[in-house]
Amino acid sequence: MSLTAAFYIVLSAIITNNYVLSKFLGICPFLGVSKKLDNAMGMSVAVIIVMVIATAVTWPIQTYLLDKKGIGYMQTIVFILVIAALVQMIEIFLKKYIPSLHKALGIYLPLITTNCAVLGVCVLNIDNEYNFLQSILNAFGSGVGFTLAMFLFAGVRSKIETNDYPEAFKGIASTLVAASITSLCFLGFSGMLEKIFGM
Amino acid sequence: MANYIAPVVLTVVIAFIASALLSLAAKFMAVPVDETAVAIRNQLPGANCGACGFAGCDDYAAALAADPEGIKTNLCVPGADGVAAAIAAILGQEALDVIEQVANVRCSGDCKATKSEMDYQGLKTCAAVKGFFGGPGVCKYGCIGFGDCERACPYGAIQVCNGLARVNREVCVGCGMCASVCPQQIIDIIADVKRVYVGCNSADKGKDTTKACSAGCIGCKLCEKECKFDAIHVVNNHAVIDPDKCKNCGLCAKKCPKKVIHVFPKPNVKPFVKVDAAS
Repeated sequence: MSLTAAFYIVLSAIITNNYVLSKFLGICPFLGVSKKLDNAMGMSVAVIIVMVIATAVTWPIQTYLLDKKGIGYMQTIVFILVIAALVQMIEIFLKKYIPSLHKALGIYLPLITTNCAVLGVCVLNIDNEYNFLQSILNAFGSGVGFTLAMFLFAGVRSKIETNDYPEAFKGIASTLVAASITSLCFLGFSGMLEKIFGM
Repeated sequence: MANYIAPVVLTVVIAFIASALLSLAAKFMAVPVDETAVAIRNQLPGANCGACGFAGCDDYAAALAADPEGIKTNLCVPGADGVAAAIAAILGQEALDVIEQVANVRCSGDCKATKSEMDYQGLKTCAAVKGFFGGPGVCKYGCIGFGDCERACPYGAIQVCNGLARVNREVCVGCGMCASVCPQQIIDIIADVKRVYVGCNSADKGKDTTKACSAGCIGCKLCEKECKFDAIHVVNNHAVIDPDKCKNCGLCAKKCPKKVIHVFPKPNVKPFVKVDAAS
């Protein structure tokens, strides 16, 4: 795999195929945790870590176990099982050996256990027929894309809060409208990377 | 039939391996939990208000369990004497009374003393107007008076009267919610026994302060000279009282030419009435 191809995978995962704003996966933490920048930071770091490790574990399971036995349709259930156990494992490990990181990630680590963005990365890596290295790159890029979306939206939300707008839009309505406009902005990136890298 | 066996066996095996790994990990990588800390944590109210000076109830409990001699057991303000006694009992120490705390607004600029310099039409919250040329008032340091503190207070102990936030010390528990939302940062949480406070936060020079507000500290240092305990000093063009040194004598308040040093009456004491000796 050339360096250009690696760049293309990471950048497209961050910008054009942004999991939150283009694929609409992982909306729950996106709306729930983006109120404050500190919380958004903790959640994003946890998502990046879990996405990369989950891909590193699920890719071999799919390729060497499910596909070999011809039971690829068991993908979803096996992946959920593996990811849930994996996140628990990571939490126990961090609590013992890196307590400061465990404290910083806090409640967000167990929350990701059932995050669809993590499962989505694992499944889409297989669907796109990436090899192992490409899958890891894609997972990392997706995590960074999630971070980018969270940070952008935390900024947008803090701006919304100090503005005067109709009572009917208070709360979740204004948040969803803002999210859709942010998502529309990301639509502007589509096709950009294909032109740059000539793919 | 064979079609069913492979997936079922696979799922069972994976689940078995995962659960075995997890239970092994939970056994060998377990972190010992400090039982004293847990017991103390159960006594604390769990408000995570930070009045004790720690990041939250968990933090305070852990610190107390780690260093019972160095850290006082009476720091939990919302829990009051009951919690302090319970914690002291867990640690086998003598129970200490909780020093109650109250919020205190360092501004005297009500609408008689100072004016606004614009006709502000936007969202009526202090946080919003602070980002708009530093607020509508002529003085950029004092109380804005849109009542963010009033809305934040769960006890109704702070209210805006005549454009100035005022604290009802009887009701206030010193949780610090108002202090954390005030964009001017003029609300202090002080010990309830402290009765003298400086009602101005202006960092402008005396001349500019006088122009902006008739109830502003001009930094004349008369209070500094008057104080017998070296407790009051002019810092950043306004007087600041060191709570550790102040003895509540109120001499500085008498001397202040702008009358911005205020003295709260002692609780449960009748106001002193001068009796005419002749009658």
